[in-house]
Amino acid sequence: MSEPGLKDIWVYLSTSPLLGLTITLVAYGLAYRLYLRTNSNPLANPVVTSVAMLIVLLLATGTPYSDYFEGGQFVHFLLGPATVALAVPLYQQFSRLRQLWLPVTISLVCGVVIAAGSSIGLARLLGGSMEIQMSLAPKSATAPVAMGISEKIGGLPSLTAVLVVLTGITGAVLGTKLFEWVRVRDDTAKGIAMGVAAHGIGTARAFQVSSQMGAFSGLAMALSAFATALFVPWLVDLLAQWLPA
Amino acid sequence: MQFLNGITLLLVYQLVGEVTVRLVGLPIPGPVLGMVMLFITLMIRGHTPASVDQASSALLSHLSLLFVPAGVGMMAHFGRIADEWLPITLALLLSTVITMVATALIMQLTSRWLVKDAPIEEGSDE
Repeated sequence: MSEPGLKDIWVYLSTSPLLGLTITLVAYGLAYRLYLRTNSNPLANPVVTSVAMLIVLLLATGTPYSDYFEGGQFVHFLLGPATVALAVPLYQQFSRLRQLWLPVTISLVCGVVIAAGSSIGLARLLGGSMEIQMSLAPKSATAPVAMGISEKIGGLPSLTAVLVVLTGITGAVLGTKLFEWVRVRDDTAKGIAMGVAAHGIGTARAFQVSSQMGAFSGLAMALSAFATALFVPWLVDLLAQWLPA
Repeated sequence: MQFLNGITLLLVYQLVGEVTVRLVGLPIPGPVLGMVMLFITLMIRGHTPASVDQASSALLSHLSLLFVPAGVGMMAHFGRIADEWLPITLALLLSTVITMVATALIMQLTSRWLVKDAPIEEGSDE
């Protein structure tokens, strides 16, 4: 019993949500600073670096994820009100949306169905399990929506959250190169594609290209969240009927 | 107080959304229905109240922070990701590329065909 004081403190901290919450905010603060230092390089995405820091810390101290989540859940919970909050940018861009409502609707529905269909199809083709296919299906929607859908269709919400983040980073890193390659120069089209395929992380990237591309990306992210929630469960049912695994 | 009112309102919409989804048995997550209901409310009112604007920009400006606890959940799935790394990596990468290219092309073509009057501005190349 050389250090009873320290041990007591650790016992207290490891059972209280205070530590999990604090390290989440500190890790994100550091990661965000690093992101700004690299001139907002998509590869230094703050989600990636803070998640990496936290996983290393938890593994090094032998802390199980469930203990960490006691504190992390307070941040996680805010995904719900944040989804509701997406109504505000959607409303603010309503006049642009009204002008382009038909092409936006067509592109959005096609994009959402292609995103879910191609990820289920490819994962199935490559021998992925049903759980993996269902966790991948909503990966292009913003995290809270994707996690909710994943849970409904039989995926693993926490795995989906990871896949959502990875998808966003892929879109943000490759996006502008891909558009150049297929000769899409219109910022409206680029924005819609970025928001549909790569949600919030893609939208942050789109704002660096132009404010018009950013606005349409944000719009597409909010609308595709809704379209994904509507169409993906239906698509999954359809695929289960026509293409039994 | 403004901020508190805004957050309270967002939570009320989420709560109503969650309850409605469960009562009616809708296939969409509760917060998404809450978003639709807030959108309809804003349309009817014709403007965004300052309180809702403050609360929503506070939440959305650091949207990526909110993904972190879920992302850390990856440590609980290391085994599965290692087991199925090939379908996960390839499906994620290819599907994202396909979705992005297809959506951009569809949007470009349909806006040229369907919106004759609206000038489609040529975005500046990087």
